[in-house]
Amino acid sequence: MPAITRLTLPVCLLTAVCLAAGPAPEKPNPGEELERAEYVSGHYGGNLTVGGRAEPKTFNPVTATDAVSREVTGRLMADLIEINRASQQTEPALARTWKTSFDGRTFTLQLRKGLRFSDGHPFDADDVVFSFAVYMDENVDSPQRDLLIIDGKPLTVTKVDPYTVRFTLPRPYAAAERLFDGLAMLPKHLLEKPYREGKFVQAWSLNAGVSEIAGLGPFRLKQYVPGQRVVLERNPYYWKVDSKNERLPYLDELTFLFVGSEDAQVMRFEAGETSMVSRLSSENYNLLARERDRTRAQLADLGPSLEYNFLVFNQNDLGAKKLDAIAQKQKWFRELKFRQAISMAIDRDSIVRLVYGTRGAALWGNVGPGNKLWINTALPHPQRALDTARELLKSGGFSWNKAGQLLDSSGALVEFSIVTSSSNTQRMKMATLLQDDLSHLGVQVHVVPLEFRALIDRVFQSFDYEAAIMGLGGGDADPNPEMNVWTTTGTSHLWHLHEAEPATAWEREIDQLMQQQMITLDYAKRKQLYDRVQQLIAEQLPFIFLATPDVLAAAAPRVGNFRPALLDPCTLWNAEELYIRTPVESAGAR
Amino acid sequence: MRSKTAILIVVLAAVHLALLFAGFVAPRDPAAQDRALPYAPPTRLHFRDASGWHLHPFIYRWTVGPDGYLDDTSQTFRVHVLTRGPAYKLLGMIETDWHLFGVDEPGRIALFGTDGFGRDEFSRLLYGGQISVAAGLVATLIALLAGALFGVIAGYYGRLTDESFMGATELFLCLPWLYFLLGVRAFLPLHVSPARTFLLLTCVIGLIGWARPARLVRGIVLSARSRNYVLAARGFGGSDLYLMRRHIFPEVLGVLLTQAALLVPRYIAAEVTLSFFGLGVNEPLASWGNMLSTLQQYSVLVSYAWLLAPAAALVITSVIYSLLADTLHSRLKFHST
Repeated sequence: MPAITRLTLPVCLLTAVCLAAGPAPEKPNPGEELERAEYVSGHYGGNLTVGGRAEPKTFNPVTATDAVSREVTGRLMADLIEINRASQQTEPALARTWKTSFDGRTFTLQLRKGLRFSDGHPFDADDVVFSFAVYMDENVDSPQRDLLIIDGKPLTVTKVDPYTVRFTLPRPYAAAERLFDGLAMLPKHLLEKPYREGKFVQAWSLNAGVSEIAGLGPFRLKQYVPGQRVVLERNPYYWKVDSKNERLPYLDELTFLFVGSEDAQVMRFEAGETSMVSRLSSENYNLLARERDRTRAQLADLGPSLEYNFLVFNQNDLGAKKLDAIAQKQKWFRELKFRQAISMAIDRDSIVRLVYGTRGAALWGNVGPGNKLWINTALPHPQRALDTARELLKSGGFSWNKAGQLLDSSGALVEFSIVTSSSNTQRMKMATLLQDDLSHLGVQVHVVPLEFRALIDRVFQSFDYEAAIMGLGGGDADPNPEMNVWTTTGTSHLWHLHEAEPATAWEREIDQLMQQQMITLDYAKRKQLYDRVQQLIAEQLPFIFLATPDVLAAAAPRVGNFRPALLDPCTLWNAEELYIRTPVESAGAR
Repeated sequence: MRSKTAILIVVLAAVHLALLFAGFVAPRDPAAQDRALPYAPPTRLHFRDASGWHLHPFIYRWTVGPDGYLDDTSQTFRVHVLTRGPAYKLLGMIETDWHLFGVDEPGRIALFGTDGFGRDEFSRLLYGGQISVAAGLVATLIALLAGALFGVIAGYYGRLTDESFMGATELFLCLPWLYFLLGVRAFLPLHVSPARTFLLLTCVIGLIGWARPARLVRGIVLSARSRNYVLAARGFGGSDLYLMRRHIFPEVLGVLLTQAALLVPRYIAAEVTLSFFGLGVNEPLASWGNMLSTLQQYSVLVSYAWLLAPAAALVITSVIYSLLADTLHSRLKFHST
């Protein structure tokens, strides 16, 4: 066989491997101020495929509102300060250090020197100033904008020198450094032109070319195949190195496969087509656990999540809306004893057992056991007590007819419907359990499954519902994101939206407490204020809290450094640290 | 042939009687949740224990082990025939607590296992069958009545009447009933009582389904009206109504019977489909469709095979009806030749 023929095949194979492997990581330069992850070790190579429930809507981190887009853009971009999902504490990212002024209003951030975007262009303070100008621009209408407007005034961003930026807040803001998490730094050299031309919202759409998109995240965009997948490849200039001073990420490629429902994700995972799956339901988790001997999958039950599921009664001002039947029932919904009785009649332990297969926790307040930093442990956890519930109803003017049905003071039958999302089987199950629980009080409950958008429209816009089972929370452990729910002007103040001013004294007190905790810098004092908020919520029951699921995730045995966390994105938050184990390593890890 | 038809009719009657007297045959209240026993597998009937064989079957209680449910063999529960149990209304009227079979408390007999709320799947299958099969029967009745009426009129009078009626059938045949029902549901209030849902389901299924039998009937009437005995009767001064009732409708009857046997399983399947997608009767009422809807979850589908019982019931009922339609069709062909 001629030498040329013998050499052709290996050369072709080598070329194919090199092309598939993507760019090699750059050797760390002395001028680069890189973040060293002391505890991280692994090795280069491999492609990790994860299943996504839907396609991303955009690659633009500023306009992305859906979870899938944020999950993908989160791997392409980086923040100045980030929340470590494992410790739930802030840690330096693009900003090497930061200093807070004595009055808590000024933050001075020192940027890392020598960093480059994924296209090789250097990063400096101009990019930071540009990014914040975009985030705060009304025309861009970024969902993060609200966070940066405090008391109606925007924070100001000043470039002190090419690697120093100063942020001035209109007033002290507790845990202000947490604000920076989720605010991706944008490449001014690529996005300034579309921004000046007023085309920023259209920039970095799914049709954008790969070379148009660059970020400071561990990966960069390699390919987007509509309806199928997004492929990311290693950012060769990423700013983190491992314990051996080797530049992260380890993976050559990270692929997001669009597979649809959670069930489809689990099937793909079982078939070995994807290597990681997060936010599992307990049923699917148990299914994977049963097959663990065969699959050797790594399973993680991280304990109760920060999400809270609750029953909310419609106490909105129905004024001009022609919803007389609901307005009649609001007399009961506004009666505290009625809400207390309903809460007392709910068997939360059954919800945890039957809905979450014991992989969850019962809730009596908005802060669950997963949030160890902020939970008010002094709150009572009353067990189901039908007698107490009946007493409460009796003292609230309710009575029962001969058939055991509950009647209000005017003799009207107490019945209401609970709307919930038909696609959320867990909440549907909760509704069926509640229906049975409340039947023991003589309350007739009708469960109405609604398509998710129809449900959102009724709860947020038309107010054409009586009660709903919904879920909130899960974003961050800090109380500040909850402002939206508990203050009367909040857009998720679900039981009574668009209140001109607090309708009750306790709502007024919550407003004051939430505002106060937002400007209090001392943790102990903030905790005291937030404890009182939790107490008021538990006493007044604007939401009747039900349960929270555990955060459940799974990974194939070949995935190294799989360290899922409670906060989103629970499995990909450390994507740069993930690596593909060799078969020997996988076997050793069992 | 005759014996086959008889057997099929007897089996069909038995199925329908079991559904009609669901309260009596079912050992449990279909909505009663036993929250300690979610997804319990079917109870096994035993005839033999350590002491030997028994004539009467008995069961064991479940205990929850690390790998699921286990039989607790420390205590046996004899299965009683004709025993007292949860109160119910026989045929929706007579209050009673007599059941065909049952076991003493705290024993729990669940022949087809339990669902995710610990509800007895066998009892729910019977009660659910009442709704699903009744929807099929009532919808068939509506479809056949309307089909026969319009088919006879169109075929008998012909010309413009025929053209307009047949034009209408084409329109109805084109209607996508699932989307039509979705549209109808959107106009209704949030909560619709089970009775209204049932009425809505049957009316929509029946009214959309009248077109096909109407076309068949029309064809038969068209040929029958020009037969010599009909023409003779007309010559003797028989009125239109008399001719239709005395000479034409009996010709149509056989086709209607065959159509009924064909349409019932189809309409039961229609109800099951609608309830499966949440458009039928809602919890806690059972129907075969809403019982099957839990199987939309992959983990449930692959883990709890007994929850497929409504699907098996639907297949069996459909096969019996189809066989009956087949035999009826053969007999009618035999008669007509």
